[in-house]
Amino acid sequence: MLIRRAPTFRSSEITDEKLYLGRRRFIAGATALGLSGGIVTDALLSELAEAAKAPQGAPLKAPRNPAFVHADPLNKIEDATSYNNFYEFGVNKDDPARLGGTLKTRPWTVKVEGLVAKPKTYDIDELLRFPLEERVYSLRCVEAWSMIIPWIGFPLSALLKQVEPTSTAKYVEFVTLHDPQQFPGQKPGFFGSSLDWPYVEGLRLDEAMHPLTLMTVGMYGQVLPNQNGAPFRVVVPWKYGFKSGKSIVRVRLTADQPKTSWEKAAPQEYGFYSNVNPTVDHPRWSQATERRIGEFRRRKTLMFNGYADQVASLYTGLDLKKHY
Amino acid sequence: MWLAALAPLAYLAGCVLTDNLGANPIDFVTDTLGDWTLRMLLASLAVTPLRLLTGQAWLVTLRRLLGLFAFAYAVMHFSVWVVLDFFFDWPLMAADIVKRPYITVGMTALVLLTPLALTSTAGMVKRLGARAWRRLHRLVYVAAILGVLHYLWLAKVGVKTPWVYAAILALLLGIRIVAAVRRRASAPRAGASVEAARARWVKRRLEDTRPR
Ligand code: HEM
Repeated sequence: MLIRRAPTFRSSEITDEKLYLGRRRFIAGATALGLSGGIVTDALLSELAEAAKAPQGAPLKAPRNPAFVHADPLNKIEDATSYNNFYEFGVNKDDPARLGGTLKTRPWTVKVEGLVAKPKTYDIDELLRFPLEERVYSLRCVEAWSMIIPWIGFPLSALLKQVEPTSTAKYVEFVTLHDPQQFPGQKPGFFGSSLDWPYVEGLRLDEAMHPLTLMTVGMYGQVLPNQNGAPFRVVVPWKYGFKSGKSIVRVRLTADQPKTSWEKAAPQEYGFYSNVNPTVDHPRWSQATERRIGEFRRRKTLMFNGYADQVASLYTGLDLKKHY
Repeated sequence: MWLAALAPLAYLAGCVLTDNLGANPIDFVTDTLGDWTLRMLLASLAVTPLRLLTGQAWLVTLRRLLGLFAFAYAVMHFSVWVVLDFFFDWPLMAADIVKRPYITVGMTALVLLTPLALTSTAGMVKRLGARAWRRLHRLVYVAAILGVLHYLWLAKVGVKTPWVYAAILALLLGIRIVAAVRRRASAPRAGASVEAARARWVKRRLEDTRPR
């Protein structure tokens, strides 16, 4: 596989492009105004403001939560936005940054449904009104590399409390948008499709309610870039990266364990739990060590990616070798 | 030909100089060198089918160069793994060679290519005798199959590129099989002439003392 380096760009450049699009809409709007005799309506004004506000790369401020910081230095935003696994855009690491432009993150709604007392469809703007906070987490990919990233979001538990899971709800399923027009990687190639779409991930309800589980709308003080799962994703820092579903359109509470995409694709390689565990190897690569992006030497991988103190108790009595 | 075979290295050097190796430079270098090992190997295996199809006998002069470049890229690919990836952590590497089938077959392919590279000189052809030399060099088929298998096993589910290489290898070996069957069918006359052509080629090679 030939890996081409994505053209390097600064986040400010993305902003420029999107603002440019916003400006185009503004001009179109202004022209329409001129034609309609100059009546400025509140609705039109707020729509124009919206167009300029939403795009990826736009600043998104949230106070850092001191309870969720990391001892290691942050990775560069350039690395975090150019080296991505996001098969919806393609199987190569640079595909998401290269092809991310086709994803439209507005309008966007998220259905929260299933075994809940109060199912609800949230607009992305409603989700942005949850009390947001910044948390620095380590992200450990199953391919044995890791990054330290400052995410912006709110605990999934806050969302679930609003919809009130019923007593029969045992699992939470996350479904990613399925639209080959916006996600070129979802179009089948000559040798078939890379995965079975849509992308499905899942957690046990207690994992979902755990304070570490973060519904995420931003990173590095900005709105989430498309290649990082805009506009709404989950981040579960003690599990391998693929457990953290991106561009989520549906959150469903279920009684049965969701059948996740990677489990379906290769059950002997990827389990439902997929907790970071240096003692359980992936059949093709060891999980004992990892390379921190930006570092030269491999470092030892920590149990539950260093979050053992907080999450180990979720798994007492569970054979982690069997439930990998 | 030398230029074409060295271009990927120049490309890599350029990336190093301009700090353009991406977020995970070691993976990038390993993968690029692995890709070119396999491409060179398949290119060297394409020479004979191309010659059979086009009748251009001179093509055979490219074969050794391509084969040696395949070996050189394989050695660099392996060295990056030893030095940059594992930093001489021998126990961990040994465990990987035994435990990871994709590493096992990659290592086997490299080991198989080594005697072929060592016996690639005209002097060695002479010393081994053409027949034994030819038999030994059939190992390249095994090495190529293992190389493709290595890629198939290391690629994640959903990555289809290894199948492209598998298809090309199947085609290259398929043409040989068809040619061999035909040869046998039209024996003895044609078979004899092929033998004679081979003998002529070996003789030319032995007489060719130009430095390479
Ligand atoms: C003739 C022998 C070999 C050939 C043709 C070959 C070919 C390849 C190819 C095509 C790739 C994939 C590149 C990509 O993903 O774009 C690769 C990756 C790799 N090879 Fe080899 N290889 C050979 C020998 C070896 C040996 C001897 C080792 C180590 C002992 C090795 C270790 C690796 C590793 C670690 C990777 C990267 C895997 C990853 O990205 O996860 N290879 N090789």
